[in-house]
Amino acid sequence: MRTKWQRFKESYMLYSFLRDPVALGSFIILAVLVISAFGAPIVAPHNPYDSTTIDIMDAQIAPAWSDGGSSKFLLGTDAQGRDILSTMLYGMRVSLIIGIGAVCLQAFIGIIVGLLSGYVRRLDNILMRVADVQLSFSTYMVAIFIGAIIQTAFGVAGYDRVAVPLLIVVIGLAEWPQYARTVRASVLAERRKEYVEAARVIGLSRTRIMWRHILPNTLSPVLVISTVQVANAIMSEAALSFLGLGMPVNKPSLGSLITAGFEYIFSGSWWITIFPGILLVSLILVINLLGDWVRDFLNPKLYKG
Amino acid sequence: MFAFAVKRILQAVVVMLIISFIGFAIKHNFGDPVRELVGERVTPAERAEIREKLGLNDPFMTQYVRFLGNALHGDLGQSYFYKKSATDVIIKKAPATLELVFCSALIIILLSVPLGIYAAIKPKKWFSRFVMGSSIVGVSMPVFLTAILLIYIFSVELHWLPSFGRGDTVQLFGFWDSGLLTIDGLRHLIMPSIALSSIMLPLFIRLIRSEMMEVLESEYVKYAWAKGIKPRRVWWVHAFKNTLLPVITVGGVQLGIMVAFTILTETVFQWQGMGSMFIESVERSDTSLMVAYLVFVGMVFVLVNTAVDIIYGLVNPTVRVAGRK
Repeated sequence: MRTKWQRFKESYMLYSFLRDPVALGSFIILAVLVISAFGAPIVAPHNPYDSTTIDIMDAQIAPAWSDGGSSKFLLGTDAQGRDILSTMLYGMRVSLIIGIGAVCLQAFIGIIVGLLSGYVRRLDNILMRVADVQLSFSTYMVAIFIGAIIQTAFGVAGYDRVAVPLLIVVIGLAEWPQYARTVRASVLAERRKEYVEAARVIGLSRTRIMWRHILPNTLSPVLVISTVQVANAIMSEAALSFLGLGMPVNKPSLGSLITAGFEYIFSGSWWITIFPGILLVSLILVINLLGDWVRDFLNPKLYKG
Repeated sequence: MFAFAVKRILQAVVVMLIISFIGFAIKHNFGDPVRELVGERVTPAERAEIREKLGLNDPFMTQYVRFLGNALHGDLGQSYFYKKSATDVIIKKAPATLELVFCSALIIILLSVPLGIYAAIKPKKWFSRFVMGSSIVGVSMPVFLTAILLIYIFSVELHWLPSFGRGDTVQLFGFWDSGLLTIDGLRHLIMPSIALSSIMLPLFIRLIRSEMMEVLESEYVKYAWAKGIKPRRVWWVHAFKNTLLPVITVGGVQLGIMVAFTILTETVFQWQGMGSMFIESVERSDTSLMVAYLVFVGMVFVLVNTAVDIIYGLVNPTVRVAGRK
């Protein structure tokens, strides 16, 4: 009996992964980004949340290599004198937490709805109509509306404290139809197969067939869309933060860092906006590229192009 | 076909009812219209009198039905901030947004069709690879970041283009402030419409390319080649015509996303359209205007989606059969 690790080492998946320079490169970059984001307290040269180390006299220092730069702050400082590199790392951590959290919530709601509507005929019509209508409104629009409503309900002050879980809920609620549709489609394909019939003949209950037999077989398309959904969720969060419906400036995500820097771009302090922007784009880009690879590998026929 | 159309329209009505209900529930629960109308310095007795007069003490459903009745007459309530009818505020702001969406749509159509087709016909050429490569970067780029980069390059560094506002406008038909007819207005329009189109353009290029590639593989195109028809004719008349159908459907659905992105684009460029009006109304907790925008945008979406579905049903009969359960 070979161990799981050996089986993995000999698998075709790993082989084709190592043969694809784009996928491998994106994976390495993503790993570096994720590790430095979650290791931010250790990796980052300064602590942007610690107000005792921040000096307003350090405000708007240019990056180290340009005129007026200081070697203490590699990528310069923002308007409050925080080190850009450190705030970016901490901000990326917030963005990643929200992105992953939101995707977990989406997957949770979406899988339940998808299973129910794929397996229980009576619910199918109504659940899928809801999903269709919500999708036709575009996830951004729904997220912006829910965000706006919640902000009105809580007021700005109350919003700041609960921003992270709220954003997860907002983005999760806005994007679940993607999962529901994917899961439903594969449930419909799976339920006609013989193993399901066999399970029914043995006399297993519907719930058991649904969860133990059909669900595991629908998970590969879920994995396919999950990577891209994480990128989407991070992008939605950045958009919401940019509109002032997301993370507050004192606990910034990448999106709110970009917003905060936008005012200063006219006075020439481009680094406050551009560096978080580059980081955000590269994060989303590598996730998308990896997602493309996973999609092509697991399910070459699911999408085209 | 008639049954299909009726069914779609009924669905649209139900969706509109739900949207208006959600909108009204928000309005009902958040924000106090009396305080917004008369301010803080009014005695509680007078306040109660105003509440009674406005019908705010009626049961929820009675108020909802009244709201619905008014909405059918085009009255979506008073904006707390502007102190005038929310419908008027929206109509005043709508032309700016529509012009922006129109110009972006123009850019998207004019660029995505030739680029997508080229990338499908000559997938191995370096230019196609470049187009596909930049399209995935484009998909990963948030629209507000594109906008900020454009502002930094063309306004801050090069001083070529203005970075905010609509510039000179001309009034048409008494209510339509158009920026399309003045040089200054057009100059202001360039960057916002590029920024807005930047999110859809890569998606459309990829969509057109993949549809086109699929069609080029099909039997009838092979037959056309075998007949010895000129490449140009095969590409444009035989293949491209059949890629249009899915592209149109997707395009209709993307309109919603486009409207969502006008909110972002307008915020960056301080474009005086509906999107920035919406964000301002959120900041000022002008619930009334916010709900009016929600209902208005909801209506636009539902109308467009229903129209696209019905047109699609006309063009492609299989949809109708599949939709009839």
